[in-house]
Amino acid sequence: MGYDLNFAVVWRNFDKMWGGLLLSLELAVISIAIGVLIGLVLALAHVSGGRWLRGVIAAYVETIRNVPLILLVYLVFYGLPQAVDIRYDAATSFVVTLSVYSGAYLVEVFRAGLEAIPKGQIDAGKALGLTPWQRFTSVRLPAMIRIILPALSNTFISLFKDTSVASVIAVPELTWGAQWINLNTFRIVEAYLIATAMYLVTGYLLLFLLRLLERRFRVGRHA
Amino acid sequence: MTDPLLSIRGLRKSFGEIEVLKDVDLDVGRGEVVTVIGPSGSGKTTLLRCVNFLESYDAGSIRIDGEEVGFSAPGQRRNERTLARMRAETGMVFQSFNLFPHLTAAENIMLGLRKVRRKSRDEARAIAETWLDRVGLAHKADSLPAELSGGQQQRVGIARAVAMEPKVLLLDEITSALDPELVGEVLEVVRALAAEGMTMLMVTHEIAFARDASSRIVFMADGRIAAEGEPRELLANADDYPRLAAFLARFRASYF
Repeated sequence: MGYDLNFAVVWRNFDKMWGGLLLSLELAVISIAIGVLIGLVLALAHVSGGRWLRGVIAAYVETIRNVPLILLVYLVFYGLPQAVDIRYDAATSFVVTLSVYSGAYLVEVFRAGLEAIPKGQIDAGKALGLTPWQRFTSVRLPAMIRIILPALSNTFISLFKDTSVASVIAVPELTWGAQWINLNTFRIVEAYLIATAMYLVTGYLLLFLLRLLERRFRVGRHA
Repeated sequence: MTDPLLSIRGLRKSFGEIEVLKDVDLDVGRGEVVTVIGPSGSGKTTLLRCVNFLESYDAGSIRIDGEEVGFSAPGQRRNERTLARMRAETGMVFQSFNLFPHLTAAENIMLGLRKVRRKSRDEARAIAETWLDRVGLAHKADSLPAELSGGQQQRVGIARAVAMEPKVLLLDEITSALDPELVGEVLEVVRALAAEGMTMLMVTHEIAFARDASSRIVFMADGRIAAEGEPRELLANADDYPRLAAFLARFRASYF
């Protein structure tokens, strides 16, 4: 049996998908920004902290990495308001979840980066008389970024795609937009094909931008 | 020698079970160039790294201009900010250069001038260019370390250290990682600094250079100073010190 592709219906409701994509990007950017902050602080704490602190951070990382994101989304959106007196909309709830989730992955990326900085560079910073904070901002951070950028790009793209999980709690992002069109017009193939194309193009664009950044940082890698 | 600039007394340092510095006393006067030689594992590099507190020490004292480097009182480590201020009084040049790979030659020199010496960008740039010119690299100011040869990187390393106008310059086997044909250009820079009266404490395996450029040679073995003296005198009388004689013999054997 044939299936007649009819994109016209989808185009009529394209605002659902375009608006969805923008929201997906917004969710990703906010969550990644918070995740980067969590990741940086915890990676620094892990590298310079004691055994107890390391244990706590390792527990956080392992817990998050071994639980499916969709379960965390359900737990935070449906479970948490039951347990404690807290109220938030679905989008906020998802941002909280994805931030904590991305933080766990980013701790590992940053930690690996910090540990890979040649010790001689830190010695050179110390020998100049830089304070610990100056050494962090002027020596360790730039060195770390150059080391981790490829891994960071992968993580960012992956987290952008993870925003699709927000559809399960009806956050009107791109996947939810495709579902809406499917449910209201029954154009299932067209809706998901276009959503797929939109993820693909956006993902490629992000990767392209991050690769540009990598190239800028890569110069003089071995020294 | 009255009023030594750098004064080390009873310095002891262990890495775990292994005692690498066993009661070291050493003075370096203003404008003096003191070279430390000795077999590997004798504690030379560790001694140097204690002077700017890249390594902590277990006992004894290190004073620069009368001020204790790492501790405010026995057993009381200085806080990191004070340590940073103390370290700015010494300059260090490393065996593996340790330039910041993301910064150009000029920027490598400017970093300390800007952040530690609080110079303006223009001022720091001018000082960096002056020093790059002094080490023969004015044309490489905007090159990244990866674009420079080992000898050029090391000359930037020296410029970075001396641009801070340290009281003492510490040189840690600065030619050991260089191809033989690049050693000369680096030693030439050090020779010029010595002639200008820069106080230096250096570790090197270049015995001939040590003999010609330093005011004193200190021979370390097994964490102790086993012999010291005016270079030519010490080397001429090496036979009075069995360990020094053995060390130099091994050296000659490996070079000729």
